[in-house]
Amino acid sequence: MGDRLEACFDHLRMEGRSGLFPFVTAGDPDLDFTRELLPLMTEAGADGFEIGVPFSDPLADGPTIQRSSMRSLAGGTRLSNVLEMVGEVRADIPDTPLVLMTYYNPIIAMGLAEFVRGASQVGADAVIVPDLPPEEASALVEIMNDYPLEPVFMLAPTSTQERIELVNDVGGGFIYYVGQMGVTGARDALDSDLGATLARINRVKNRPVLVGFGIKTPEQAAEVAGHADGVIVGSALIDVMEAQASRESKMRAACDYIASLREGLDRSKTVS
Amino acid sequence: MSELVSRGRFGRFGGRYVPETLMPALEELEVAYEEARDDPAYHEELAGYLREFVGRPTPLYLAERLSDDLGALRVYLKREDLCHTGAHKINNTLSQVLLARRLGKTRIIAETGAGQHGVATATAAALFGLDCDVYMGEEDIGRQSLNVFRMRLLGARVIPVTSGSKTLKDATNETLRDWTASVRTTHYIIGSVVGPHPFPEMIRDFQSVIGREAREQIIEAEGRLPDACVACVGGGSNSIGLFHPFVEDEDVELIGVEAGGRGLDTEEHGASLTAGRVGVLHGCETFLLYDDDGQIIPAHSVSAGLDYPGVGPEHSHLKDSGRARYVTVEDHDALKAFQKLSVLEGIIPAFESAHAISYLDRLAEETKEAGGMKTVVLCLSGRGDKDVHQAEGFLSEMLDDEEVR
Repeated sequence: MGDRLEACFDHLRMEGRSGLFPFVTAGDPDLDFTRELLPLMTEAGADGFEIGVPFSDPLADGPTIQRSSMRSLAGGTRLSNVLEMVGEVRADIPDTPLVLMTYYNPIIAMGLAEFVRGASQVGADAVIVPDLPPEEASALVEIMNDYPLEPVFMLAPTSTQERIELVNDVGGGFIYYVGQMGVTGARDALDSDLGATLARINRVKNRPVLVGFGIKTPEQAAEVAGHADGVIVGSALIDVMEAQASRESKMRAACDYIASLREGLDRSKTVS
Repeated sequence: MSELVSRGRFGRFGGRYVPETLMPALEELEVAYEEARDDPAYHEELAGYLREFVGRPTPLYLAERLSDDLGALRVYLKREDLCHTGAHKINNTLSQVLLARRLGKTRIIAETGAGQHGVATATAAALFGLDCDVYMGEEDIGRQSLNVFRMRLLGARVIPVTSGSKTLKDATNETLRDWTASVRTTHYIIGSVVGPHPFPEMIRDFQSVIGREAREQIIEAEGRLPDACVACVGGGSNSIGLFHPFVEDEDVELIGVEAGGRGLDTEEHGASLTAGRVGVLHGCETFLLYDDDGQIIPAHSVSAGLDYPGVGPEHSHLKDSGRARYVTVEDHDALKAFQKLSVLEGIIPAFESAHAISYLDRLAEETKEAGGMKTVVLCLSGRGDKDVHQAEGFLSEMLDDEEVR
């Protein structure tokens, strides 16, 4: 596992805490905003970040992240600028894991080798490609093997035992468990099978499991965290920022929201 | 542990690039399809419906006046426009609905561009009393209001798609999103030979009925194979259906006609094979239209059915291997061919098929220059009733001028 991710999960384990990994679309509304926001959210209690690269056809994403991607693209965000921004923000938060999340076609357009080299140079720790299952990932993973960059794969409620083992064997960094059927987006209720599926994964896993898709409230985050090593919160965070008009109020609302999730996660761990 | 093997490749193209949630369903579909393919009972049931419900075999019609007009070509039209619902799309939707029933799925979803695939899906779903939701871009709903009504009449729900360019590619995104949430009860009937494995291969097999019939019919009519097969290519289902049974016949030229839109020097066309590059969209690796950052460029064509920025991966392979060649016809020329076939043969073709008809002008010129004569099988993929309203706007002036003369 990459040094920063490993250190982060070791640290969490030692303190008996759950990981909190917010997702933001890079460049929504612009890259300066994202660069400023990440260190603030670290102070508010985030342990690491997923940084989304906007794509014209985000087929794994619901309306919130679709809108966010379109705003970012309209502002002229490109994969190469996102990498630059990651390099700059890395200086401010040197120990925080940064995970790039991008659909495959922008990587193809940049060139696989150039992408991997670029991402690792700027200090990204892992890459998630939602439309690249392990069966199609050999070309990218082979290149990544030469760099300190981890390929993170996803599991879903529909994943068979065979696929759970496959992702556990070939993936790096952590396992991203898609906590519900369907696309990204905040939900009022969590999947009722969540605990059972995570138990199946926990029996075989040899790396941490983070749960994303659908988490909104501190209570939901705490419930999920009881079955996993941490949570990823994206759409709900973007919803919170969308509701605000000015840059300052967006950042403040984002940090307040992250702090409330942090509190919910920590409270549940102290109780248990 | 599973082997890390990419399945469903045509040369270097194809594959299965989808979110994890869908992977088990695609594996399940692949197995179900392989079982059905080897099951005589499935073929018998399907053949029955194709004969009694769709009206197959469709005729192979010698277009004599068109051939005379072109010179140097003897043109046979494979009359898919005579299929029930007016296009070849029903060959696929009926086959897949039978498969969905084998899988125990009770709900059908589909994307549609022009509405032909939506109508064919709604028709097959109605035939078996299955729930049916069709996603359609808002832009296309405006262009094809009659087909929207037809789908509703057939008991389907038409869901407007307002994201992105509001056309076929966005409707496909939205249908895939629905499927990731509903895959346990729902079967997704993709309308063309695109998408993740096994769709391109499976739909190719279903549409190959076109080429199998045409091959027998042309041998019956001419005592030999044709010199060329010509068909329009959007996603590429009617063309692959015609081409596939001729692929091993190396002397038969295979020519796919893409939408040149407003010209290849503009960004407004649908010529992913001619002017695109290799990328990944909607689950497969294939030629696509995208910019230097990998963002998909919306396609353009006067014909909603060719208005797609990707193409079936098997076509990418046929192009790459040189087995087929791909050409383009612009909007304007397709409209002229639309009128020409109507006047010369009493057949109003779909705008899509009119692209293939238009290309015959160039093929005839080439053939004349070479001093030869060619027998051509052209897939007339659909009838033009759906396009008449739109054509009225474009063509009335032209027709008025001719009456005055």
